[in-house]
Amino acid sequence: MIEVKNISKSFNGQQVLKDITTRFEKGKTNLIIGQSGSGKTVLMKCCIGLIDADEGDVIFDGKVFSRLSGKEQRITRQEMGMLFQGGALFDSYTVEENVMFPLNMFTKMTFDEKKDRVNYVLDRVNIAEANHKFPSEISGGMIKRVAIARAIALNPKYLFCDEPNSGLDPKTAEVIDRLISDLTEEFGMTTVINTHDMNSVLQIGQTIVFIYNGELWWEGDKNGIMKTDNAELNDFVFSTELTRRAK
Amino acid sequence: MKFLYQVGDYIMIMFQAFKRPDKGKVFRRQLFIDFQNMGATSIGVVTIISVFFGAIIAIQTAENIDNPMIPLTTIGFSVRQMMILEFGPTIISLILVGKVGSSIASEIGTMRVSEQIDALKVMGINPANYLILPKITAAMLYNPVLITFSIILGILGGWAASVFTGIVTTTIYIEGLRAWYDPFTITYAFAKTEVFAFIIASVSGYKGYTVKGGSVEVGQASTSAVVTCTILIVVFDLILTQMMLM
Ligand SMILES: Nc1ncnc2c1ncn2[C@@H]1O[C@H](COP(=O)(O)OP(=O)(O)O)[C@@H](O)[C@H]1O
Ligand SMILES: [Mg+2]
Repeated sequence: MIEVKNISKSFNGQQVLKDITTRFEKGKTNLIIGQSGSGKTVLMKCCIGLIDADEGDVIFDGKVFSRLSGKEQRITRQEMGMLFQGGALFDSYTVEENVMFPLNMFTKMTFDEKKDRVNYVLDRVNIAEANHKFPSEISGGMIKRVAIARAIALNPKYLFCDEPNSGLDPKTAEVIDRLISDLTEEFGMTTVINTHDMNSVLQIGQTIVFIYNGELWWEGDKNGIMKTDNAELNDFVFSTELTRRAK
Repeated sequence: MKFLYQVGDYIMIMFQAFKRPDKGKVFRRQLFIDFQNMGATSIGVVTIISVFFGAIIAIQTAENIDNPMIPLTTIGFSVRQMMILEFGPTIISLILVGKVGSSIASEIGTMRVSEQIDALKVMGINPANYLILPKITAAMLYNPVLITFSIILGILGGWAASVFTGIVTTTIYIEGLRAWYDPFTITYAFAKTEVFAFIIASVSGYKGYTVKGGSVEVGQASTSAVVTCTILIVVFDLILTQMMLM
């Protein structure tokens, strides 16, 4: 479980996050939703320590991240996996080398053990016969899946996904959502997902926080979201013809 | 003001870069890759330019000494001095700025804007150390080799030009090469080379590492790396020359 306590963040005097407090539960897909520019990525990067929040704490299963020593922070980071918006695969490495990278850095496995683990996670995300391709040689959907494979290679406790299906066609997007949700359940991870995609919300929104202009505006789950009378959330959810009709 | 901020930022990033690598094996692998990249990108241009420059110095010197009071050994001597003192260390370093520096800045800059550096950090890796240190190490080990190579080629170029155009014979050229030799010039050349290698790799690495934005900014960082390194190299050339030769 991850607890977020009173996180605030400003950039050059402009407040991007205002006193956000929430929690992300273990074994569930926890969604952060909101319009582009509402502060989702900044919130996620504060959680994972890529951006230092001005105020507030992030607590990983009781451990207050900002109070850990540098070394403890690095160890905790090894328990986190992150799927970046563009995949962020290392483009000078092949698919296999990308997935093996964290294993090289942080384990004492033999080469064969590493290779087995790589093949296992690649298989788990349904990638076959691409081990020796470079990121520039595979499709957007595959890049996301390889990035997921890399993120889960070390069996993380916490998985963060920033817009996992942006830039993908609806069908591939759904495959990725399913995959993340299945892996979350299978490995009992605490998974946090940023999205502005209503399909994802309805598919995998086990817990949902709605960020509006940097403020936590609404919390609930996918059933609650259809019935809410919160005006801004309604505006966000029912912004398309399709969702209006679905209602 | 911005300049002071950048200097401070640069120093902080260098402090991070100069930590002990987490895994020696991974560091050596990165180092090897950087060696390959640098070797592949620069050896051709260095060869061509050095040979031609040696030849040009020989011909120009011959042109300027039609006074019979000046011995013909001056040709070999001039080629040697020019190659060791200035051409090898400084001009080749300036060429490497354009080749190696810009490629370091754009490589690391691209990794920054495509969040690959964030990905490293999330994994608990020190990205400055992982990315910049091998490049500095590679440049500081490889550039002296390249500069030695350049000096030798320049001297050969000067010899070829002298002999084929009939300015001087091989014997006189070699006699010139051996005249008034001061071993300290070699120390001076390598000291400059090392300082310049450090400037090229660290400043370009810094420029790439601190890119914000997208591909346009990566291009700007690459250009800015070239300009900054060029200026720093000539400034340090003057400083080192003052310190070591005066
Ligand atoms: N490093 C930064 N420096 C300055 N402003 C930033 C930075 N990162 C994000 N912002 C600003 O914070 C706001 C929220 O951005 P972000 O979290 O990326 O939105 P999104 O919800 O689309 O992920 C935006 O207005 C953005 O311009
Ligand atoms: Mg975002």
